[in-house]
Amino acid sequence: MPPDADIADYLQDAVAGAAARGGALCISGSGSKAFLAAGHATGPQAAGGQLLSTTEHTGIIDYRPEELVLTARAGTSLAHIEATLGAAGQRLPFEPPRFRGGGTLGGAVACGLSGPGRPWFGALRDAVLGVELINGLGERLRFGGQVMKNVAGYDLARLQAGAFGTLGLLLSVSLKVLPRPQSERTLVFELDPATAVARCRAWARQPYPLTGACHADGVLRVRLAGAPAAVDEAAAALGGDGAAAPGYWDALRDHALDWFRSGGCLWRLSVPPAADPAGMDCLINWAGAERWWSAPSGDDATARMLTRVAQAGGHARRFDATYGIQQPTGPAATYVRRLKAAFDPARVLNPHLSPADAY
Amino acid sequence: MQQVEIGAAERQRVTARLADVLPVGALLTEPRALKPYESDGLTAIREVPWLVALPESESQVRAVLAICREHGVPVVPRGAGTGLSGGARPRADGVLLGLARMNRILEIDLDNCVARVEPGVRNLAISQAAGEHGLYYAPDPSSQIACSIGGNVAENAGGVHCLKYGLTVHNVVGLRVLTIEGETLELGGKGLDAPGYDLLALMTGSEGMLGVVTEVTVRLLPVPPEKRVVLAAFGEVAAAAAAVGAIIAEGLIPAGLEMMDRLAIQAAEAFVQAGYPRGAAAILLCELDGVGAEVDAALAQVRRILIGQGAFSIRVAVDAAEQAKLWLGRKAAFPAVGRLAPDYYCMDGTIPRARLAEVLAHITALEAEFGLAVANVFHAGDGNLHPLILYDANRPGELERAEAMGARILAQCVAVGGTVTGEHGVGLEKLDSMCGQFSPAELDQMHRVKHAFDPAGLLNPGKAVPTLVRCAELGGMHVHGGVLPFANLPRF
Repeated sequence: MPPDADIADYLQDAVAGAAARGGALCISGSGSKAFLAAGHATGPQAAGGQLLSTTEHTGIIDYRPEELVLTARAGTSLAHIEATLGAAGQRLPFEPPRFRGGGTLGGAVACGLSGPGRPWFGALRDAVLGVELINGLGERLRFGGQVMKNVAGYDLARLQAGAFGTLGLLLSVSLKVLPRPQSERTLVFELDPATAVARCRAWARQPYPLTGACHADGVLRVRLAGAPAAVDEAAAALGGDGAAAPGYWDALRDHALDWFRSGGCLWRLSVPPAADPAGMDCLINWAGAERWWSAPSGDDATARMLTRVAQAGGHARRFDATYGIQQPTGPAATYVRRLKAAFDPARVLNPHLSPADAY
Repeated sequence: MQQVEIGAAERQRVTARLADVLPVGALLTEPRALKPYESDGLTAIREVPWLVALPESESQVRAVLAICREHGVPVVPRGAGTGLSGGARPRADGVLLGLARMNRILEIDLDNCVARVEPGVRNLAISQAAGEHGLYYAPDPSSQIACSIGGNVAENAGGVHCLKYGLTVHNVVGLRVLTIEGETLELGGKGLDAPGYDLLALMTGSEGMLGVVTEVTVRLLPVPPEKRVVLAAFGEVAAAAAAVGAIIAEGLIPAGLEMMDRLAIQAAEAFVQAGYPRGAAAILLCELDGVGAEVDAALAQVRRILIGQGAFSIRVAVDAAEQAKLWLGRKAAFPAVGRLAPDYYCMDGTIPRARLAEVLAHITALEAEFGLAVANVFHAGDGNLHPLILYDANRPGELERAEAMGARILAQCVAVGGTVTGEHGVGLEKLDSMCGQFSPAELDQMHRVKHAFDPAGLLNPGKAVPTLVRCAELGGMHVHGGVLPFANLPRF
């Protein structure tokens, strides 16, 4: 087990010092998701700040399984957290990716990515109960708490999820955790994408204990989890054409499936789950709501896909170095810029990933 | 925010402009018509508004906001007015913006399992509309027959099923929001996320201070086919609290897990005769839902745990009628307690469940100190405590004593690592208690977020986040940051 260490004072000094001299900081965790966070390569927002790593700010501060709450320092590895939870029969409900086996708690929250169970167990942001952070003024602030229900003040804790460290350097995070299901089974169906999406949407209206539904390369895999009797009952009702390889859901979660090695430019599409998949050629996750697309190069397929996603009422995001800088367009962009200024007026924290200046 | 002085001529101009953009009968100006809007569900805090605007469409809301912005008139948004913290208490110098007339269900989208509704739609009306398709909207605050979904979003409303199904923030996927500056924000949609900062989460629970919600998209869930309700009685509160921890530690997530203490039980029995054992120091009400095989297995497990934890009586409802009867005592707990004394003051702290017995002992000590009785009703599964302080407003000084006692209870919730409000919101009621939970720097950060959305400070001013001056005047109440007890407790 890695040693616990509290370097919050050092991190606070680093932020306050950078703010005082007009410097900038590039915050990093283990680097497992650095490929999403290169940000602006050129211009005034390009990286150029001093690197500040949180990986030595480690340790589980508080974990009582019967409270379903875990609090840990941001540099604590996901592996350590998951092992600790596992020993108590619990798990992270949002199943964050562990690219190449790495990842810290702070990095997971900053990137805000959720795994295969998201439609049923909630997103990472849904599990965030509280954070301690350092804002761009070098102040140590706590928002939210360690309790499930808390509406005291604005929810500035959940706001950190997916903000890529541009609103605060995360020191520690409290999460809601859940018991591991008693049993789990994967069903396999050979279906075309349109039929697979139609099935998933019909099943979503039924009280089946679904916890995963992913279609790729003509095969829909469905994960059932819960009490053994409930899983048996649902498996009998749903049928299927065979069994899945063990470890499928972990491989999907960590992008370790062969599908993700196709080499094209990878896009993540977030769409209304029933959006027509015909001709999209995607890996369809989250019972339709999350789709992954490997863009062919050299033609206008990307423009066509973006139009299609927008028409469906969804969003498309390139899953590459620019992922971390993508923000809403339209009127919301104004408020995004002002929020950045409200937390970090001097642009100390990850300026290369931050929205442009306000006002 | 100071009250704004508005001259008579300016008042006439604003009134005329508002009347121009609203349908006939949608601008209330007469004292008798204004009076019903003087408070929300927290009737102890009242102020008759200058005007009440009742728009019927988003474009009318936009027009009202534009006029108020141009004239510097404060706007207080209101849903159904069932809130319990004074968040919708109007201002004598402002416009109360009532959204109850925007009450259309715009779409039930069965393929995407969402409902798109206007903000004035009642919480229960969504589940009723979805019910014929076997779907429902999960969050169920106790006021659900009356409260509006827009108000639920503003308060991040909870209910008795939050442990398993989450709060409003977990069940809303899209919002349309108008800012006081006249911008229309489309946050989220029918999908599950959107790029960039999570403005959807930020807006939820912001008590109408960052924007006015004009449309809400909620996710719908399949109605669980089966449920079981168990009632367990304990001779000691600590044993009941331990049973809650044991149920969750065994990996069960009940749909509902409620606790009531002796005074609350007696009040409920006297009021609705739900069949609660009167001799009990505490009862637990546990609801399990899911498919048949699943709930039966869970029920057997819960029974075993309850016996192991010393329950002296366990009753499983045999049918839906008996389930409803067992729930009736809990759902009628507030009015039942209301029969014990002329008035009661409902608190809303949340604590880590492990500290329950300790906090209840503290409340018992406060009862002696303040000479007021307290009945405790507890969303035990998620640690949300509702102590009901009994008092008589007609006795001089008793309301003030009840409020002072309530503030002490909330300070204790913060001291053990909890929060001053789990689901009712801060509003005006808990501004002082916020000074105990947050440092000046934290409150200042919240003020800067407010400023980012409302630079002129016109939208529901003075609610939810206390000014630093107010906290400084209270003095010395800030509990965390290593100043006061439990300084070494990891708590946010």
